[in-house]
Amino acid sequence: MIFYAVAAIVLGSAVIVALSRNIVYSAFALLLTFFSIAGVYVFLSAEFLAVAQVVIYVGGILVLIIFAVMLTNKVKDVNLSNPSAPAYIAGPLVALIFAGLVWLITSTPWKVALSQDMGTVNDIGNILMGKYMLAFEVAAVLLLGALLGAAYLARPVRSAHGRKNNTLSGSDSTLSDASNGARKERN
Amino acid sequence: MIPLQHFLIVSAGLLCLGLYIVLVRKNAVAILMGIELILNGASIAFVAFSRYVSGAVTGQTFVIFIIIIAVCEAAVALAIILNIYQNFRTVDTDQTKELKG
Repeated sequence: MIFYAVAAIVLGSAVIVALSRNIVYSAFALLLTFFSIAGVYVFLSAEFLAVAQVVIYVGGILVLIIFAVMLTNKVKDVNLSNPSAPAYIAGPLVALIFAGLVWLITSTPWKVALSQDMGTVNDIGNILMGKYMLAFEVAAVLLLGALLGAAYLARPVRSAHGRKNNTLSGSDSTLSDASNGARKERN
Repeated sequence: MIPLQHFLIVSAGLLCLGLYIVLVRKNAVAILMGIELILNGASIAFVAFSRYVSGAVTGQTFVIFIIIIAVCEAAVALAIILNIYQNFRTVDTDQTKELKG
């Protein structure tokens, strides 16, 4: 069946992410993992999440990760990424945890009640704007905070004095612009 | 019809592989990839339970929030990693031991 092929791709590419010594290969195997997880969401009839997975994970997070890989490794020594130090301890430990989880999953009598129609974008929008309104707004503030924090942290080098003042005043003006915009939205 | 258990086993497999990466890898970017795998495994479990057990879209809504948290975490963590690289010239988590500003 197609589902088992997709599940095999998910787990197989995740194994490549875990075991590949070259971190660039890990990043591209992660791309395959995210795509096939979107496929798993389709099998669960969660189409909106499948699209969000492709757009946000593949289009956003993975590009960030690949940028970080390219910026933090000199192109020459990309190959000597990570010698696995305690693999002989972590491997059996993780295998034990996995065996325990599989035993738990297969031995529990789940009360399965399959619903026929669910997961439409309409339902998700209603619940997001109704019952979970507060969490939605908090998530918006969190995203704004993460954006400002990441931009502040990843600023260019702070050695030159004049340059430092320039970037500081620049970020200040964008900050006040953003808060003005938010205030206008609220009004 | 695919049984619920098979989705849960995929989710458990992703969780364990992510855990293995977080434990074994020393490159900070690779550890971040492991965290993303763990979050994705949890998301699959949420959607599977929402489809097979509860019958409402609550699980899918929760996954949307998980994705939001993952985006924030990835952005801030990568900014920190770039800063560490600027200061130490390495992203090996064994060599960045001092907390000096």
